[in-house]
Amino acid sequence: MTKTTEKKAGISRRNFLKTGTAAVAGAAVGSGAITGFPTIWAQNPITLRQFGTGVSNLNAIAEKCKEDLGITLEMTATDSDAAAQRAVTQPDSYDIADIEYWILKKVFPTGVIQPMDTSRLTYYDQIVPLFKSGKLLPDSVIAQGTAPHTVGFVESMDSKTFAAGETGYFTMVPTIYNADTLGIRPDLVGREITSWADIMDPAFKGKTSILNIPSIGIMDAAMIMEAMGEITYADKGNMTTEEIDKTIDFLIKAKQDGQFRAFWKSFDESVNLMASGEVVIQSMWSPAVAAVRSRGIACKYQPLKEGYRSWGGGLGLAAHLSGAQLDAAYEYINWYTSGWVGGYLNRQGYYSANMETAKQYMSEDEWGYWIEGKAAQGDILAPDGTVMEKAGAVRDGGSFEERMGKVACWNSVMDEDRYMVRRWNEFIAA
Amino acid sequence: MNNLLTRATPYLQATPLTLILGFFLALPILLLVLVSFWDYDFAGMYPGFFTFNYAETLGSWVTWRTYGNTLKFAFLVWAITAFLGFWVAYFLAFHIRTTAMQMVLFLVCTVPFLTSNIIRMISWIPVLGRNGLVNSTLVSAGVIDQPIEWLLYSDFAVVLAMVHLYTLFMVTPIFNTMMRIDRALVEAARDAGAKNWQIIWHVILPLAKPGIAIGTIFVVTLVMADFSTVQVMSGGQSASVALMMRNQMSLLQYPAAAANAVVLLVVVLVMVAGILRIVDIRKEL
Repeated sequence: MTKTTEKKAGISRRNFLKTGTAAVAGAAVGSGAITGFPTIWAQNPITLRQFGTGVSNLNAIAEKCKEDLGITLEMTATDSDAAAQRAVTQPDSYDIADIEYWILKKVFPTGVIQPMDTSRLTYYDQIVPLFKSGKLLPDSVIAQGTAPHTVGFVESMDSKTFAAGETGYFTMVPTIYNADTLGIRPDLVGREITSWADIMDPAFKGKTSILNIPSIGIMDAAMIMEAMGEITYADKGNMTTEEIDKTIDFLIKAKQDGQFRAFWKSFDESVNLMASGEVVIQSMWSPAVAAVRSRGIACKYQPLKEGYRSWGGGLGLAAHLSGAQLDAAYEYINWYTSGWVGGYLNRQGYYSANMETAKQYMSEDEWGYWIEGKAAQGDILAPDGTVMEKAGAVRDGGSFEERMGKVACWNSVMDEDRYMVRRWNEFIAA
Repeated sequence: MNNLLTRATPYLQATPLTLILGFFLALPILLLVLVSFWDYDFAGMYPGFFTFNYAETLGSWVTWRTYGNTLKFAFLVWAITAFLGFWVAYFLAFHIRTTAMQMVLFLVCTVPFLTSNIIRMISWIPVLGRNGLVNSTLVSAGVIDQPIEWLLYSDFAVVLAMVHLYTLFMVTPIFNTMMRIDRALVEAARDAGAKNWQIIWHVILPLAKPGIAIGTIFVVTLVMADFSTVQVMSGGQSASVALMMRNQMSLLQYPAAAANAVVLLVVVLVMVAGILRIVDIRKEL
C-alpha cells in the first residue's frame, strides 16, 4: 500500500539547488560514468512515463534525471491496489512501472512487464544479494512472504513464470526497500519493549493501534500472534483460511477487550495518534517516526526480537517498449542505480539496492549514521535542509545489516486474498 | 400547427429536467445495479449475471451489524438534532420580534458552515483527546483523576460530531415552516385559555411537522451515507455502511460495493417513503 503519503510538497527550487549542488560536488568521481548520456537525449528528447505507489515518485528524481540524461520523466502516484489494476488493465499508459514486489507477483504473469537482460544493466553485479538469493549475508535465513528474489527472475525473455534462481532475465530492478516495525513513545511506555507481543500487554490497554490496511495489517497481526505463541504459521505471507480465521478471531477479541485505541489508515493519522499521546505503541512507518520526532516528541522505531516486516519495490519495463524508447529506459535504470538516487533514498531512511554506488553520493558521516549504525558526528540533515537528527544520535535498529538481516517476512499477496479482506472487514465492524 | 405546439409545450418544458435527471441520476443508478451483478478480481470487472455479491452482502453478519450500527447513529443523531432544531427554530420564529433580527440570528447559525465539514469535524480531536482541552481542564481542576477515555474514538464522539455537522439541516426547514404559521392561531389558542406548553404541543408542533419531516429526510440520508465522520471520530473502531463500501472500493471490489450501494439505496428509500407516509410535506407548504 502507499508507504508514504508524506510527500514534502515536492521540493522547492532553492532546497533542490542546495542538495543538488552538494550531490554534484560529492559526485565528481562517480559522474564520469554518466557524462555520455546527456548529449544523446538532449538532441532527441524522450519522455518516459513512470507510475507507481508513490514511495520513490519524488520530484527531485525527475528533475535530476532531466538534468543528467535529458530524459523527461512523467510520474504518477497511486495506491497499491490501483497500481496493480492499472498495470494490468492499461499496459500502454506507462513505460516504467515503479511497484512493490508483491504487486509484481500479481501483475507479471499477465504479460504486461517485459524481463530485462541483465547484461544491459551496468550495475547488476553490485545489487545487494538480498534481491538475488534472498540472503543478505551468506548465513541469513530467507524470510517468509513474497521475498523479492522469488519473483525476481524468469527463465527466458518470454517466460511468464518465475525462475527458482538467478538467471540472466530480471523482472524488475530493485530500487527501494525498508524494514518496518513498531513505533513506541519511550517516555510513556515505562518499560523495555522487546517483542511484537508487547503491543498486547494489558498495561497498554486502550493505548495501542494497528493499521487498517488489510494486506499489511494482517502481517503485523501475524507477527504479534506468533510472538505471543498463539500460533505458528507455515507462511505468514500466504495463510490458509484456518490461519486467517484464527488471526482475525484473535484480533476481534482484542478489539472487544478494548486493547486498541484506534486504527489508522493514513500516514498523518499515525503521526497524530503518536504525537498526541493517544497511543504509546503502534504499527508505524519509518518516515512517520521521523515526523513525530521533528515535533520534538520522543519516538522510537523499536527493533524487536522476532524481526522486521519488510517491503521492497523496483522498476519494471512495460512490455510495449522497444527501439529507442527501450534504450532510453535501460539508460534511465542504469542512471537510477548509479548512485545519486540511491544516496537520496538512503538519506530519507530507506535503502538503496546498490549500496556501493550510493555510498559515493553520501558524506562519510551520513553513510556512518544511515547505513553503518554509527553515532552521527554532526547534525544529520533531511533532503530539504532541516535538521533530522542531532550529532550523537544513533539510528534505531542500528546498521543496514542488522536491520535488513532480521527480516521475518515480506509484504505479500495471499492466495486467499479475497477471503482475508472479507474477514478483515468483519474485524473492523465487530 | 398551433395546436401541436400547445400540446408539445409541456413536454418541451420538462425536457431539460428529464435530461438532467436521466443522465445524472437514472443512468448512474442503472449502471450501479448492472455492475452489482458482475464478477471481479484485482485486475478488473467481468460482465455477467452473478448473484454472489448480494449473497455475500446479505448473508454476512457484518452487514447486519453494520446496518444496525448505522441505524443507531441515524436514530440518535435524528433525535438530538430534531430536539435542538425545534427549539432553536422556535426561539427564532416566536421570540425574536423583528424580521431583520431573525435573519441576522439565522445567518449567525450558518457561520460555522462557512468552513469545511472536515475541518469542523477534525477540530474536535484536540478538544476531546486524552490530553485534550476537556480532559486537561477537568484534570487540572481536580474534578477527575484520570482522563476520560470515551470522549474520543467512541460512539459518543461520532454522534457529537454528527450533531454538530447536521443540526442546521434541521433548523432551516423547521424555521421555514414556523415562519409560515399564522400568528392569529397562537393568539386564538391563548384567548381560548391554552397554556404555553399547550400552544407548543397542540398548535405549533403539528403545524411544524412538514419542516421536521424535511429536516428528518436530510439528516437521516446524510447520516446513512456518512463515512468520514465515523472513520475519523471513532478512530476506525466503528463501522458504517458507507465505510464498508469505501473499504471495498479502495480494494477495487467495485461489484461488491455496488451491491452494497443498491441495498443501502433500497433501505433509505423505504425510510423516506415511511416519513412521507406519516407526514404530507406538501400540505402546509
